[in-house]
Amino acid sequence: MNELVNSFMTGPDEKGRFGDFGGRFVSETLMPLILELEEQYEHAKTDQSFWDEMDFLWKHYVGRPSPLYFAERLTERLGGAKVYMKRDELNHTGAHKINNVLGQIILARRMGKSRIIAETGAGQHGVATATVCAKFGLKCVVYMGAHDVERQQPNVFRMKLLGAEVVPVTSGRGTLKDAMNDALRDWVTNVRDTFYCIGTVAGPHPYPAMVRDFQSIIGKEVREQMHEAEGRLPDTIIAAIGGGSNAMGLFYPFLDDKEVAIIGVEAGGKGVNAKMEHCASLTGGRPGVLHGNRTYLLQDDDGQILEGFSISAGLDYPGIGPEHSWLHDVGRAQYVSITDKEALEAFQLCCETEGIIPALEPSHALAHVTKIAPDLPEDHIICMNMCGRGDKDIFTVAKALGRDIS
Amino acid sequence: MTRIDAKFSALKDDGKKAFVAYIMAGDPSVETSLELMKGLPGAGVDVIELGLPFTDPMADGPTIQEAGQRALAGGMTLDKTLDMVREFRKDDAETPIVLMGYYNPIYSRGVSRFLNEAKEAGIDGLIIVDLPPEEDDELCIPAQKAGLNFIRLATPTTDDKRLPKVLENTSGFVYYVSITGITGAAAAEAQEVAPEVKRIKSQTDLPVIVGFGIRTPESAESIAGIADGCVVGSAIVGELASGRKVEDVLAFVKTLSDGAHRA
Repeated sequence: MNELVNSFMTGPDEKGRFGDFGGRFVSETLMPLILELEEQYEHAKTDQSFWDEMDFLWKHYVGRPSPLYFAERLTERLGGAKVYMKRDELNHTGAHKINNVLGQIILARRMGKSRIIAETGAGQHGVATATVCAKFGLKCVVYMGAHDVERQQPNVFRMKLLGAEVVPVTSGRGTLKDAMNDALRDWVTNVRDTFYCIGTVAGPHPYPAMVRDFQSIIGKEVREQMHEAEGRLPDTIIAAIGGGSNAMGLFYPFLDDKEVAIIGVEAGGKGVNAKMEHCASLTGGRPGVLHGNRTYLLQDDDGQILEGFSISAGLDYPGIGPEHSWLHDVGRAQYVSITDKEALEAFQLCCETEGIIPALEPSHALAHVTKIAPDLPEDHIICMNMCGRGDKDIFTVAKALGRDIS
Repeated sequence: MTRIDAKFSALKDDGKKAFVAYIMAGDPSVETSLELMKGLPGAGVDVIELGLPFTDPMADGPTIQEAGQRALAGGMTLDKTLDMVREFRKDDAETPIVLMGYYNPIYSRGVSRFLNEAKEAGIDGLIIVDLPPEEDDELCIPAQKAGLNFIRLATPTTDDKRLPKVLENTSGFVYYVSITGITGAAAAEAQEVAPEVKRIKSQTDLPVIVGFGIRTPESAESIAGIADGCVVGSAIVGELASGRKVEDVLAFVKTLSDGAHRA
């Protein structure tokens, strides 16, 4: 089978599958909607005016391209491979999420949709969606687990300032997966005027492919910027994974460069063990069907979905994008996990050595860099995706470090 | 011919509409839901839809969501759900049972093993909400081959272009979801649903049963009147959740089935 694979970049197939993963596991009410979305996206994808609009806003509204930054002191401290950071935390709204939101909202406008709904965990995707909706004068409703509303108050207030309605989700256990359930319930009810702006590379086809395409700007820029800086491609690229959109955006343009090692870092929480106090779907889960796609999921023996656990609300999801599941199974990318404790240490190291306060999500990727860089030669180039800034996390970090800043 | 086919053919001969009742397996306990299930045929229920609890029921409203959570909290599993059906079948070899739920618990069990077990336990049909025709190879085709009906949902968004695809591999009956929305939401009016039922019936000989939002004997009667029958779920599940005794819930079910059978 592997001999038949000439490219890792051809997926998904016409059924929305990456190998056995992905698909369109949605209720009949939604099926015509996602078929229409697929048709409209396929059309937009080949329409130069669509990409011209994206490029203009990426540059003037988001601030792209984001810098590729050589982390000199961190490199010295680790004493091995050269570490570069892709600075997507410098984007407007402070994370990579807006890359995708812009694409989906421009598409929604072309489709004549007037109401945008979104799910959010840490609130970054919710803030990005509320931001772009404010810019275009669209009604915005964000579903957020009641538990996350509690622990991410600053982002809740941001969304409200931006004119969005934030709906605290109490169904299930009030977390990101429940927020996604309620967003789907909203969509199934308001089919005519509503566009569902999914925040990661999961959900029914075409979402995983569409979100990946919008986020791929990250990897495309890294290729060019690394060429300028080093005259060659990086040896290893690393990104953190909740649903996996920042990682897919970095990885995708490198999938066919066999000499580039690709590493995804899942949230290991308190450790990938039998107690399931983690969010490492690939390391600790098995294939199942949830939220419209087949992918690796945290679930019990009876196929009931388990809650993930991570210090990072943005990684707190029991699934992972289907393309990652496929890349895992075919062996093109390697997936590892990092514990809360390791991520916190990397968070502090990054603050102290580089003057960059990273979000807890990329702190996981950085923690893996600190593990492997010391054993690699000095001419080995690592590029990690600094996909979000850590302002939103300072309260969580303070609490974890036993400091009271309230 | 499955029990479902036999039942609809008998109802047709009698000139009667079908009354379909949904309950959640294991809500709030196996004992109570089994007692309720056993009483349904006596309360005029023609077809039983038995809900298989799932943690993430994305097409269901709060009433059914909470019923599933109560069942799971009480330790309900796929095996115990099948055991409930086996227990029911000891006294009732005729009432059709449709298992309704989501795909992951079945996928997790393994499709062929599940189909063997379901058939052996006495299940006659499946309604799996998150398996549209685009995913027919997963369960629909294997289920039909195993002799189970695969009942498809048709919805207001299923336009004429799409309808043949939805009907193609459907058997037993067609479940028309009368509104765009989740279970337990507001009901549609019979006069709005009538042309939709007519549209579906022009393309299939299967019975068309209408569900979502029916809560009273009056709406059971009016909706059943413009279709081949109707389904009530959330209203029954809600009665049980409010703490009413099984016999009282069954008395309520009887008023609904009387409504549908008057049509």
